[in-house]
Amino acid sequence: MDSAGEVVNDGKITLEGFSVAARAFADKWKRHNLSFPSWSWVSLINRTLLKKEECYLSLEKIIILSSLEGSAEEESLDVTADWWEKEESIDHTVLVQNVEDEAHYYDYHIVYSASYMVPMLYFRGYSSDGKPLSLDVIKRDLPSSSVSLLLESKWTFITQEEHPYLNRPWFKLHPCGTEEWIKLLSESSSSDGCQMPVELYLVSWFSVVGQVVGLRTPLEMLI
Amino acid sequence: MAANEEAVKYVWEGAIPLQIHLHKSEVASHPPPPPALVLAPRIGYLPLLDHLIKPYFKDSLPPGEDSIWFDYKGLPLKWYIPTGVLFDLLCAEPERPWNLTIHFRGYPSNVLIPCEGEDSVKWNFVNSLKEAAYIINGNCKNVMNMSQSDQEDLWTSVMNGDLDAYTRLSPKIKMGNIEDEFSRKASVSSPQSRQGGTEIDVAGQVKTARVPVRLYVRSVSKDFENLEDVPEMDTWDEISYLNRPVDFLREEGKCFTLRDAIESLLPEYIRDRAQTSGEEGEERTTDASDVSQETRGEIKMVRIQGIEMKLEIPFSWVVNNLMNPEFYLHVSVLVKEPQR
Repeated sequence: MDSAGEVVNDGKITLEGFSVAARAFADKWKRHNLSFPSWSWVSLINRTLLKKEECYLSLEKIIILSSLEGSAEEESLDVTADWWEKEESIDHTVLVQNVEDEAHYYDYHIVYSASYMVPMLYFRGYSSDGKPLSLDVIKRDLPSSSVSLLLESKWTFITQEEHPYLNRPWFKLHPCGTEEWIKLLSESSSSDGCQMPVELYLVSWFSVVGQVVGLRTPLEMLI
Repeated sequence: MAANEEAVKYVWEGAIPLQIHLHKSEVASHPPPPPALVLAPRIGYLPLLDHLIKPYFKDSLPPGEDSIWFDYKGLPLKWYIPTGVLFDLLCAEPERPWNLTIHFRGYPSNVLIPCEGEDSVKWNFVNSLKEAAYIINGNCKNVMNMSQSDQEDLWTSVMNGDLDAYTRLSPKIKMGNIEDEFSRKASVSSPQSRQGGTEIDVAGQVKTARVPVRLYVRSVSKDFENLEDVPEMDTWDEISYLNRPVDFLREEGKCFTLRDAIESLLPEYIRDRAQTSGEEGEERTTDASDVSQETRGEIKMVRIQGIEMKLEIPFSWVVNNLMNPEFYLHVSVLVKEPQR
């Protein structure tokens, strides 16, 4: 089904709409986030469910350097620069040895929720030796606003849950309420009521959700 | 109503006899402790049994901090799946007592979500309840607006298997009901009808509700005659998990059955519609013509709450009577994998 040209007006999105929005988002990200790796559209073919493809957006191996001094906020702004450092470090492994030790790697997946009819963000962190990071360690890499929200709502904001397709524990941002704030966003951003072209859905969504994990959406993407 | 209540009572009283062995690497006493025998409620969760099991083994454990987990024939068990569902899924041929191994050390956090005891289990329940409410009512306000004490009491009723308390408290969530097509004459007890948004599609079917379903599909590559010949499961990767609502469709003069529900989630496994229903003008059987008998997959068994289900049962009856207390219907399906 082709959902291009559709509009979203109730904050929810269909699976077909999600797939259109995901590609549009990945394209825009590539154009406006040159310093970052790009999102890829992954489709797994399940051997039991045959034709049913399981698709999600994936951004992997993002490096965040955990520094002991400095606020978490500053760290999140440094993500881009850190990533470049890593690229260069491939050629100068010896020189940046100590940097490697402290590097935290993050994978982010955007998965469609058939229950809530909205996208969901899953992520995981691991150190350079591949060991998964616990939430306590991850907290140090999150913006301070997310950390305080985590303290208030331990069980309803970010929890460890099974990745719907990978069968492994990942962290999940709870999607309850997404529909409401997407509705608010689309009301404020457009003149004709609360309609939003489906191509802009994930961009708007990520401009809010990305901030929770310290990933910023360039303003140009929202236009 | 009486018949309904009876089925629900059976579900709540359902239990699985467990014989629990302490993993031999954790036996620090001589002789090793005998296995513990425990009756585990079907609608319960394994970590909730710890206060019953711990006394059996506490004197045999090596020093250290406890983090309890279970395995069945080496497969770590996911604590967030209700115990009855684990049993239905992992024991094709029911094993009684069910022999599980308990571990107090070495939590396999690469494959299992960490469990901080009862709190984790409770919030897993509440978050599932919220998700179910969203599917059924289109929002989770009724769960969010529940008072802390009501939420706590509801959870306690589930934990204690107290159906009376649950029946008293659960109407406060105001979950819409689907009308039972099996016993339509029964008094309408629903506080409100489901608001899935009534839509009429081209085939004249009316979408009356969305039903929260968790479907666990275990595929076996070799064909088998008897359930006892089903091979043991080595990894969770052999299970496909589908957390997708079923659109409940109502069509004049036709009953929406369990088969219809499963077909909507696993269309490639149900292809013999032409023989079982007299619909005309449908294109449902087109797939079957280009797939030969040998290559297609096959549903070998559908099990809900320990019952091997006949697919002709009205889906409304199945949902209203066999769902778990978080309003999710957990369905275990065993399929023979299609040959390629």
